[in-house]
Formats: sequence, C-alpha cells, structure tokens
Amino acid sequence: MRRSGLAFIGMALALGGCTNLQPWVKPYQRDRLADPIMSWDRDAVSAAYMDHVQEVREGARGATGAAGGGCGCN
Amino acid sequence: MANPDRKLSRLTAVAALLLARTAGADVLPDDRADLFYSKYNGGGMDITGKSVAVRKKVSEQLSFEGDYFVDTVSGASVDVLTSASKIHDQRTQKGITANYIRDKTEYTASYTNSVEDDYISNTSHFGLSQDMFGDLTTVTLGFTSSRNRVGEHGAAGTTWLGHAYSLSYQAGVSQILTKSLITGLSFEVNTDQGYLANPYRSIRYLDNSPGNTKGYGLGAQVYPGTHTSNAVALRAKYYLPYRAAISGSYRFYSDTWGVRANTFELGYTQPVRNRWIFEGRVRYYKQGHASFYSDLFPFAGSQNFMARDKELAASTNLMLDVKATYAFLPNGWKVFKRATVTADVSRIRYKYGDFRNIKNYGLPQYAPGSEPLYHFDATVIQLYMSMFF
Repeated sequence: MRRSGLAFIGMALALGGCTNLQPWVKPYQRDRLADPIMSWDRDAVSAAYMDHVQEVREGARGATGAAGGGCGCN
Repeated sequence: MANPDRKLSRLTAVAALLLARTAGADVLPDDRADLFYSKYNGGGMDITGKSVAVRKKVSEQLSFEGDYFVDTVSGASVDVLTSASKIHDQRTQKGITANYIRDKTEYTASYTNSVEDDYISNTSHFGLSQDMFGDLTTVTLGFTSSRNRVGEHGAAGTTWLGHAYSLSYQAGVSQILTKSLITGLSFEVNTDQGYLANPYRSIRYLDNSPGNTKGYGLGAQVYPGTHTSNAVALRAKYYLPYRAAISGSYRFYSDTWGVRANTFELGYTQPVRNRWIFEGRVRYYKQGHASFYSDLFPFAGSQNFMARDKELAASTNLMLDVKATYAFLPNGWKVFKRATVTADVSRIRYKYGDFRNIKNYGLPQYAPGSEPLYHFDATVIQLYMSMFF
C-alpha cells in the first residue's frame, strides 16, 4: 500500500513535469507583493551592516540573504 | 584591528548578495545614492561608521555601484582587555559592483578591498539570479572568494602572522505562494583555511604556582587551520488584510568546530499615509560552544586546540529593533525623483553560558572558574538618506 502510494506520487510528479506550469498568481494580482513594504530588505547597506554587527559577535554566519526578489513586479 | 572585524570580509559577500536580491530580474532598479552613518556602543566597544554608495545605470542592462566605507573603532572587548590594552583603529573599505541583466537572468560581480592596520582583505564575488515559472520563482546562486592577511598591531608596529583564505557558496530560492505571501529558502557553505585565531585573545588555565595571585595563567589560543560551516534559513513575509506586513524567519547553523546555532526573527511593517514606514523587529539567537572552547583549561597545553573567544562560547542574545522611514521630495527635485531618510535603533542583550568576567572579578572573592558569567548590552544606531534618480 505504501509502495503504491509512492509510485502514484512519483507518476503524478512525472506527468506534472510534462505539462506547462501556469503561474497561479497572475501578474495583475501582484500589487500587494509589489508594495515596498513586502521587500525583504529595502536598504541593502543597512541590512549588510546589521548582518555584520551580528556576525562578528556570534559563532554562526551565512544564509542571511533571501534568494532573489521573486516578486516579478517590475 | 583584528578583534571585532575578523569577519569583515564577509560583509562584502553579504552586501553583494543583498545587491543581487534587491535588483529583481528583468529590469534594473532606479539609480540611487545612499549616505549612511552608524554607531555601535556596547561591551567596551565604540564603533562609528560612515559610508557613501552610488549606483548608476549605464544602459537598460548594465549598472555599476561604487561604495566607500570608513569605520573608527575605539575601546576593546572584555576578553581582549584581559591580555591587551585598549585599541584605536580605522578601517577603510572600497568596493565596486557590476550588475548585468539579460532576459530573466541577472549577473552580479563585485570586488572589495578592506584595509586596517593589522588586517587586509580582498574579496571577489560572482552571483546570478534567474526568474522562472511565470516569475513566481527566483533561483539565486553565488560564489565568494576572500584572501585575508592577518597581523597583530603592537608598539613596534604590525607583525604579520599569516593569511586566511575563505570560500563561500550560496544557493537559494524565493517563491511566491499566494498574492499575499512570499517565502525564501537559503543555503550557504563556508570554508576557511589558514590563520583563523584572534591574536589579541588568550586562553586561561589553572595555575596555582606560588606567587601567582590570580590563580590562573593566560596563554596563546591554538585554533584548527580549517573551518567549514553550513547554514540553512527559511523565511516568509505576509501582506495583512490591511496595508501592513508581518515576517518571520528561522536559521539553523552548524560547523566543523562543533558550534550549533538557531536564529528566530519576527517583524512587523506599518506604513502611514504614504510618507512613513514604521518597522519593529525581534530577533533571538542561541548557540552552543565550540568543541575546543573552554573558559578555564585545567593546565597549559591540555588540548591540541584551545580557544577562549567568547564568540565560540555558549551564548544567547535578544535584539529589539525599531525603524522609521520618511519619504520626502515626492514630486522630485532637480535630478532626484524621490528621497527617503531613515532612523533605526536596535538594543541587543548578550548573555554567555560559559564565558566568565575575569576583568572585574577575581581572588580572593572569586576562585578561578567561579566568577560571574559575562553579559552586556549594546545599542546600535543607524541614520541614512537614500536619494533615487
């Protein structure tokens, strides 16, 4: 039963890869995401400075930045 | 001044990543100039920073950014004061970044040079960002290489001790899930090699020999020659039913020195009348100590590797941050389209689980190893103006 379930999921994923993935949030629906308040860090200089303040006083480092804007709002 | 700025070269990498991510693919962002002032005060350190950064498009596809940063350090942290005197130093950093966009892909390349009396760092970064799936997904890859020369500043000048080399690999994905929710997943691997210790800090070991009034001795730290770390972070931002946003993030970190750390952060953003944006943020950080860290070793040379850097001790810190941004020149002025001015104040409380304050406490009241645990509060102030043109 468990094996067949995994096979079904695998098949669904494989078939899904054959179809065109349609964006489920249309460009005209991204007004909220385009709002400056939804930016990860509006001010790069300030964000880099605070990352530095924390990093030099902690053992941990890295992965502080989000990947890309992702908004597609431009 | 090696003490707080041992990791300064990483600032460059972070800045480069931030530049890459603020510039969403397809179109380069507006030209921009930033004037930045910062002040850090806490734990015996007083650091003032000033910087200017200018970004300018030379075509619809290519832009350049130049930045110049100077910070002045005075004072010394408690662990430096146990074996060295106060310090005064200045660091100067110069950097240039190029961004190039082609279709859905943005390329970023940067080079940064940072110089202080006892630390010289040269860092190169290359990154790319790719939009896909109807611009709902952005994938980012990055690579950073840093070559650092490490020295110790004394009365006779600087003694150069060696080099430290760092490589960093970054990967991440940002995903729009709904018309109000965006998420991000980041992963980063760092490797360091070379002289990685802080020459200004010392280990402490028990020493009951006659004539020793403190009961302990101080000796040089011995660090491993390599260090590899992994960090993974997940974060999300949600647009509330009214015009405001909440955000949250979590990061897990581990390294080959035995340090494990967790970071949690929550934020709230509230705009007011299109002129103001107010933000509040709470950040909590917790880490375990490195495998070769000890506040008090049983005797000198008791281990192959020994450290008493408080950054490698078990610790927690809690940060509260408030920030206000005011937009002015809404109709522009001369070449400027608009401008903002921002004030940001953070208060951070650091507590250590196995690092003791031996500067202010000692025999006869406190035997070695029984001194109060160290803690301190820090205040960080940032003031900056951004002009878009």
